[in-house]
Amino acid sequence: MKETQTMNNNSKDTETTERISGSEAVIKCLLAEGVTTLYGYPGGAIMPVYDELYKYQDQIHHVLTRHEQGATHAAQGYARISGKVGVAMATSGPGATNLITGIADAQIDSTPLVCITGQVGSHLLGSDAFQETDIVGISTPVTKWNCQITKASQIPGAIAKAFYIARSGRPGPVLIDITKDAQFEEFDFKYEKCKGVRSYKPVPKTDETALKAAAELINSAKKPLIVWGQGVILGKAEEEFKAVIEKAGIPSAWTILGASAIPTSHPLNVGMVGMHGNYAPNVLTNQCDVLIAIGMRFDDRVTGNLATYAKQAKIVHFEIDPAEIDKNVKTDIAVLGNSKDSLKKLLPLLNTNSHTDWHQEFKDLYQIEYDKVIKNDLHPTKEGLTMGEVLKEINIQTEGKAAIVSDVGQHQMIACRYAEFNISKSNITSGGLGTMGFALPAAIGAKMAAPDREVVMIAGDGGYQMNIQELGTIFQQKVPVKIVVLNNEFLGMVRQWQQLFFDKRYASTEMVNPDFVAIAKGYHIDAKKVSERQDLKAAVKEMIDCDGPYFLEVRVEKEGNVFPMIPTGASVSDIRLS
Amino acid sequence: MENKQYTVSIYTENNIGLLNRISAIFQRRHMNIESLNTSPSEIESVSRFTIVVNITESQMKKIIGQIEKQVEVIKAFYHTDDEIIYQESCLFKIKSELLFDERQIQNIIKESNARIVTVNKQFFVLEKSGRKEEIDLLYRELNVFGIMQFTRSGRVAVTKDEMKISTLLETFQH
Repeated sequence: MKETQTMNNNSKDTETTERISGSEAVIKCLLAEGVTTLYGYPGGAIMPVYDELYKYQDQIHHVLTRHEQGATHAAQGYARISGKVGVAMATSGPGATNLITGIADAQIDSTPLVCITGQVGSHLLGSDAFQETDIVGISTPVTKWNCQITKASQIPGAIAKAFYIARSGRPGPVLIDITKDAQFEEFDFKYEKCKGVRSYKPVPKTDETALKAAAELINSAKKPLIVWGQGVILGKAEEEFKAVIEKAGIPSAWTILGASAIPTSHPLNVGMVGMHGNYAPNVLTNQCDVLIAIGMRFDDRVTGNLATYAKQAKIVHFEIDPAEIDKNVKTDIAVLGNSKDSLKKLLPLLNTNSHTDWHQEFKDLYQIEYDKVIKNDLHPTKEGLTMGEVLKEINIQTEGKAAIVSDVGQHQMIACRYAEFNISKSNITSGGLGTMGFALPAAIGAKMAAPDREVVMIAGDGGYQMNIQELGTIFQQKVPVKIVVLNNEFLGMVRQWQQLFFDKRYASTEMVNPDFVAIAKGYHIDAKKVSERQDLKAAVKEMIDCDGPYFLEVRVEKEGNVFPMIPTGASVSDIRLS
Repeated sequence: MENKQYTVSIYTENNIGLLNRISAIFQRRHMNIESLNTSPSEIESVSRFTIVVNITESQMKKIIGQIEKQVEVIKAFYHTDDEIIYQESCLFKIKSELLFDERQIQNIIKESNARIVTVNKQFFVLEKSGRKEEIDLLYRELNVFGIMQFTRSGRVAVTKDEMKISTLLETFQH
């Protein structure tokens, strides 16, 4: 390897240029971006890069997942708990297409991801070569940015740009497709971090006039309601957010992805909005006079029928992505910018307030929800374990410090509703895409990014089996995640809809399941199954006390339903308690 | 809200795949693109898309947001027909004998301000630039005699108002 010294024109710094292959450059770029862990699966078209990974294994840890989809979800879990960029790698063709679900999930949930795929040699592009697929074309609608590289010299610039784009502004997934000849080709390598892209403005300028107008409106409100989303977490604005709501005394509700930005027990935290959210914030959305949306996007699962959503209220929207303004809900005042900066500037403009009477309305409605739903979920007296009591037990045993990685379905709604969060970035779940199979691999990534955190994965018997092969990754990597499967032998959420809206025609929702404990044990993971209430506490304790990975299957009631519920097309205030 | 014809001008980096990214924004929302043209713009290395769509203004505004969200899009605008100067271009390939047998064709060519690009023994090629209606009219008139081939370009347009792309580009520089 020949090394030459060159002078950088802009500074006196001496920079080293070295002649290396494109594939070694990939690794050096990842190292320069601070990547220490990545998830992937090798194959023909990415083999040169894997050969380099072998040489650099003391500096960068490649985690072999059992499926490329697992690699993307693991990278997502890694990113969601740490705020860093997750990295996934795959070969061309099926390797690349298997990444797509995770990429789409990261796109809709604004998760920073860099995916690197191998591609057939550039002379074969378009020839229907073995394992050739147009992954740039396929991934275009679900990536923030993507590109194909056919020359080694393009690699450093593209990877630098990829990381910059993935993590800046509203984060998202990017994909870089590198032809095999570009991986082999040698060139003079030099890495410079990307500091900007001419056509891309990650954070729009905050308009001070809009900010003042927003403050005035909030100050004049008699019944203000805040709905916050993941923007608070992504903007690292938890402290600023807390200061704002505490000064102005505003009841604050969260979307699924916003959960954990402030503790569950915070007196101003009035719970979750949306389809299976809490009763009070949903009903009172249609009674508030000013609705303040912070870093959220008015998803249909949050708003219910838009024609009847908060029509009486003035809407203030704090948002980093200009395309979200007026997309679903027409705003009266839009404050563009990063949540941290906007909230910091908003704080001194706000009057101190307490809104005591207004808070009482939330408390009254909470009591109704408690009596009709929560009590039965958390303290059931009838036979059959509920999902809620499992969550309650996990809260107790982890002292509310666990990161909860949930899959998609009934257990997810229960987890979001009842998990106790005291640390930000603790609710890792597939919100926008609703990807069953997300949790198991995401939990791997989360635990590896935050080894000091207790990471508890919660899945249903359906979603668990969608990526159950990742038990192999947990076994090989010795990742001490706690795996909880709430088994009701049904695709529970679909069954609930069939019960409520399709006259109990349970079409293809009943599951005949394998011996989950035996499967876990097959991977040498400690495992247990409980089906009786009296055994739950000890089983959860054994799981939490275990130093390694642990699998706990809980047989829950077969036909339990999640309430409250806003039926599709109904108004948020028509939320049903039974 | 009623559908209206809008002309979208998009200034972009000249990168592979961007056409796909932009057309996907319309496709995903089940919107038909009436015409699409891409070309270099007045600024070096900056491309310009001109797209014609029939949608509501509220849809149009959201589409502009989605287009501008793309990393390699510099700026997108939308215009109604009265805010722009626009043209389309078309080519007709017609049997040469008709030029002599049907004297009326010569009159049509003259009156329509169409231009003969080439003539040989077999065929001649007629070029016409203008508004869509003018081209439609010429097509109807010539179709009576038989057209061997016909093709029409997408709309190209410039705005009556200034477009401050160069100044905008400077603000993007870090």
